[in-house]
Amino acid sequence: MNEAPAIIEAEQLSKAYGDLPVLRGIDFTVRRGEFVALLGANGSGKSTLLRLLSGLSKPTAGAIRIGGWEMPREAMAVRARIGLVAHQPLLYENLTARENLDFFGKLYGIDRNERERRINDLLRSVGLSKRADSRARTFSRGMKQRLSLARASLHQPHVLLLDEPYSGLDQAAIERLDEMLAAASGAGRTIIMSTHQLARIPPVAERALVLARGKIGYDDAILSRDMTEIYRSASA
Amino acid sequence: MKTPFINCVVAIISKDLRAEIRARELVSVMALFALLSILVFSFALELDKGAREEAVSGVLWVTLIFASLLGFNRSMAQEREQGVLDALLLAPVSRAAIFAGKLLGNFIFTLIVGLALLPLMTALYGMDLLDGWIILTTAFGLFGFATIGTLLATMTVQTRAREALLPIAMLPIILPFLLTAVRATKGILGGAPAAEWQAPLGMLAAIALIYLVLCLLLYEYIVEE
Repeated sequence: MNEAPAIIEAEQLSKAYGDLPVLRGIDFTVRRGEFVALLGANGSGKSTLLRLLSGLSKPTAGAIRIGGWEMPREAMAVRARIGLVAHQPLLYENLTARENLDFFGKLYGIDRNERERRINDLLRSVGLSKRADSRARTFSRGMKQRLSLARASLHQPHVLLLDEPYSGLDQAAIERLDEMLAAASGAGRTIIMSTHQLARIPPVAERALVLARGKIGYDDAILSRDMTEIYRSASA
Repeated sequence: MKTPFINCVVAIISKDLRAEIRARELVSVMALFALLSILVFSFALELDKGAREEAVSGVLWVTLIFASLLGFNRSMAQEREQGVLDALLLAPVSRAAIFAGKLLGNFIFTLIVGLALLPLMTALYGMDLLDGWIILTTAFGLFGFATIGTLLATMTVQTRAREALLPIAMLPIILPFLLTAVRATKGILGGAPAAEWQAPLGMLAAIALIYLVLCLLLYEYIVEE
């Protein structure tokens, strides 16, 4: 059981798009270093929740605190401590892998020598050293996803948010991503990863949070690798 | 914790320049459109030399505004593709710095096209557009276009009909500015007394500055959901 202090706190968090409520007053806490699998059917509000936590979207009601900072009021402080791997890779297609990382490193205020060191380390760890000078346009979906994870990790964020990172990946890329997530978790990062596929809960995930119709249907430890029954009843 | 404003602006400009040098998607399209446009106007007005001389400042600015619209749309579409605008917004940088970086990138691209257009029009229309004051007017005008264009393109690029929406949104707003630019250019080309064209030129610079301040303040509300 993780007894570390809370790093993410959400209270009565609601989000609606016009008249359509997506999240309806949810409460949860994530502790430092935890790996949370965010589960739910398509349209259950997973991506919306991750956008709220990353500061890309503002809640309709309720409060979010990350690392003690209140969102969206203190979003600037939070942004430096959050990394997001979204549905889309968030990369410039006409820049090379190295140039993409270098550009985002500059935006995060990482100085030149440190930036170069981190970029080389990350490219090595995501297996893209040999393609460092190839344009992102020429990369496969799996390679873009790995580069996207490198981009999200470049500023050594305390919290890593991943939105359906396995979608469109082949088996080899899935295994590689599992290894990378295990390494990030081992390094003490707090990780929230959304997926609608139970089979895709990574082995290192310790807690499941199931969203159903904008509410939390289940929030507890992952008791066994077979979450099917819990997922069904929580989504019902 | 916030990345310094100037570092962010420089990073965005150099990223845009590098991507453009590699892909040649903006300047080449704008330049080709501008070239075709002045050729079409030149042929259309060929028989009437007087009308051609009278129309040259209008042709210049109409060509520049439509060429710029093409560029602004494409420039912001590049940020929208693959969701990279979200990646910019995730970084600990002020929204004003993102705006300033995109604005200056767009300004550089449109200025390249504008400066290339002046000698071509001089040759085609038989009037000397390679005058220091004309170049200054072109720079002020294009800066104003880039300011409003960058802000509006950020809004319209999120819609499906972005190609059509940007001109519809931008032209009514930019019209008084455009007319001021035409007046200043016409005065300089026609050899009018300096007092006649310096007033519109000064107004052009002042409006461009007002656009800049307003857009820097508004950008945060445009990009934040």
